[in-house]
Amino acid sequence: MSNSSKNLKKIQDSLVWRYRAEKAFRWCGIVAVTLGLLAVLALFLDIIFKGKGAFSATYMQLEVTYDQELLEIDNFADQKQLIVADWGALYKSALRAEFPDVRKRADKRKLYALVSNGAGYDLRERLLANPRLLGQSESVWLLADDDIDTYFKGWLDGDPYTARLVDNQVEWLQQLITTQRMELRFNANFFNRGDSREPEQAGIRGAMIGSMLTLVLTLILSFPIGIAAAIYLEEFAPKNRWTEFIEVNINNLAAVPSIIFGLLGLAIFINFFHIPRSIPVIGGLVLAVMTLPTIIITSRAAITSVPPSIREAALGMGASRNQMVLHHVLPLALPGMLTGAIIGMARALGETAPLLMIGMVAFIADIPGGFTDPATVLPVQIFLWADSPERAFIEKTSAAIMVLLSFLILMNISAVWLRKRLERRW
Amino acid sequence: MNTTATLGTDNMAMAAVKKPTEGTDVSPFELAAEHATVGSFEVENAKMSIKNVNVYYGDKQAIFDVSVDIGKNEVIAMIGPSGCGKSTFLRALNRMNDTVDGCRVEGDIRMDGQDLYSPKLDVVELRARVGMVFQKPNPFPKSIYDNVAYGPKIHGLADTRVDLDEIVERSLRRASLWDEVKDRLYQAGTGLSGGQQQRLCIARAIAVSPEVILMDEPCSALDPIATARIEELIEELSQNFTIAIVTHSMQQAARVSQRTAYFHLGQLIEVNPTEQVFTMPEHALTESYITGRFG
Ligand SMILES: Nc1ncnc2c1ncn2[C@@H]1O[C@H](COP(=O)(O)OP(=O)(O)O)[C@@H](O)[C@H]1O
Ligand SMILES: [Mg+2]
Repeated sequence: MSNSSKNLKKIQDSLVWRYRAEKAFRWCGIVAVTLGLLAVLALFLDIIFKGKGAFSATYMQLEVTYDQELLEIDNFADQKQLIVADWGALYKSALRAEFPDVRKRADKRKLYALVSNGAGYDLRERLLANPRLLGQSESVWLLADDDIDTYFKGWLDGDPYTARLVDNQVEWLQQLITTQRMELRFNANFFNRGDSREPEQAGIRGAMIGSMLTLVLTLILSFPIGIAAAIYLEEFAPKNRWTEFIEVNINNLAAVPSIIFGLLGLAIFINFFHIPRSIPVIGGLVLAVMTLPTIIITSRAAITSVPPSIREAALGMGASRNQMVLHHVLPLALPGMLTGAIIGMARALGETAPLLMIGMVAFIADIPGGFTDPATVLPVQIFLWADSPERAFIEKTSAAIMVLLSFLILMNISAVWLRKRLERRW
Repeated sequence: MNTTATLGTDNMAMAAVKKPTEGTDVSPFELAAEHATVGSFEVENAKMSIKNVNVYYGDKQAIFDVSVDIGKNEVIAMIGPSGCGKSTFLRALNRMNDTVDGCRVEGDIRMDGQDLYSPKLDVVELRARVGMVFQKPNPFPKSIYDNVAYGPKIHGLADTRVDLDEIVERSLRRASLWDEVKDRLYQAGTGLSGGQQQRLCIARAIAVSPEVILMDEPCSALDPIATARIEELIEELSQNFTIAIVTHSMQQAARVSQRTAYFHLGQLIEVNPTEQVFTMPEHALTESYITGRFG
């Protein structure tokens, strides 16, 4: 056998092994990706399954009489009368009228508990919107209590949850169900209201607005500062010990656990500068400090990826350093910078720990109207609801997670879209 | 070294060439300790005059005591093995080396008698007067029009849009690119072919009407046809501009230049009329190089 045909034989033998190794490697990859996807799928399915109920709420239809004597109102212009009026009495009397056999005090209390205690305010709104209803009756769909909501949703699925109800209540409910006066409706309250101790009245509007205000501030503070810092370090700073020291520390800061930034905010912004706690301003400041290193690092990477030949061309044309940066480097680096900023914002949106340290974990029922109103944010709201004992908060928690995740996915998609859109089209 | 070569009004007419001084037994791989440039490195009517220039990258010296004149409306070619400092020297002429960290230039470089390294001189102004074309075509990722208009815009050379349009057209015509791009002025400059891109870069450089154009191996990334067009262009441009061109192609140097400077390990070995360098070089090192003994 000649030398070259011996070599050929060896190569052919080794090929078998090479292809086998390649195949094995490919399979490892496929298995890893599949496992990852399955885990994500399981997580999403679990959250969707648990949380879908929160987007609907149980309502019951009752005949309500806007009894003038019961409310003690004779003049709608008199704010005091409107405030003093016992609006809850309206649905209570409606319930008594529906179930006239209920006599004992304790039973009555159980009966009243069928309807959400916020229903009185809903009736007030209806009457104020249409004052001619005073003294009249109308049939109204009233929001049910959270225990009833849980029961009814379970009943629809063939597995009613009765542990928190007494037998009488189940009987009454069955009576309403058979006369088709209970139904699930879209839960607009979930998107329109702030937090509440009553699960059926609790919504994420407050947390959403809080997150938005906080993030706007984070972006306004961290994006310009981050970009300016990146440009300075990359284009203007002399390369010496000092800038090296700063560089190392920026990288360190990016790796610092976020709760440390909360402590920093507590020590500096609250204790030293006396900024009030629990407001978007302080949240925005802390999250901006936390996001800054990320933005600086991604922006610097974007700047360094601009080819040196473009810089040379600009300088060779007699552009000043400033002009070179503004006319050539920045436009080319901007997509990368924006992507970095959005990813930083997405991280800030999901951040809980530092906000716990600066009081954004308080129970806040009002929807914040500005940067200085007490507020909470989506992830903290999730934390608060997950911590609540009421069974009905389970689905609220999952639903809030869904909302948060959709915002995160939306932000990440927009980052990809922006990059595609702004990328060098030349 | 005080022999002077005169560059007449007809810049092809070279006279009074210095006679060979050195022996012919120099090893090409050793630096001559007592080194001196041979040939006609000084001219009358010099546009740029370089005297005893040393360039350092940190502690490393890249250019050793180089002195040479560049005549008005002359094309001077710089040849030599790669790494011998041709680019470094060229970039000293418009202070592009300023942008390199740790790079230091010593010596005296003058244009029309003005010291280019004087603290009073503004580099931005200098680079408007001494344009540069790089090895790899590097048009801005903008439209063809914006590429050419960039220089006039930042230097405020055009008062109106009409002026600017005119400058752009004239520059593109002079770079013999106009006919190819006049219908697509607002398309990307980076979408052109390599040769067209390089001519665009030349158009961009001449749009600010520089006095000197430095070219650093402008054809090394191009195919022979594109190269030929650029060479033609250089010939045309030499009527209005002073051009210093670095090239690794001796044929190219022979085709476009009136004088050729041979660099070796950071030293300027010989400067002579191009024809002479390629037919009867004065220095042994030059001869070794052009006969292909190393390179
Ligand atoms: N930015 C730089 N930093 C340090 N050394 C450099 C740099 N640029 C070039 N040099 C060195 O200077 C010498 C001359 O380089 P250069 O001028 O590019 O040569 P040429 O253009 O003739 O090929 C080489 O030894 C090279 O390694
Ligand atoms: Mg070079």
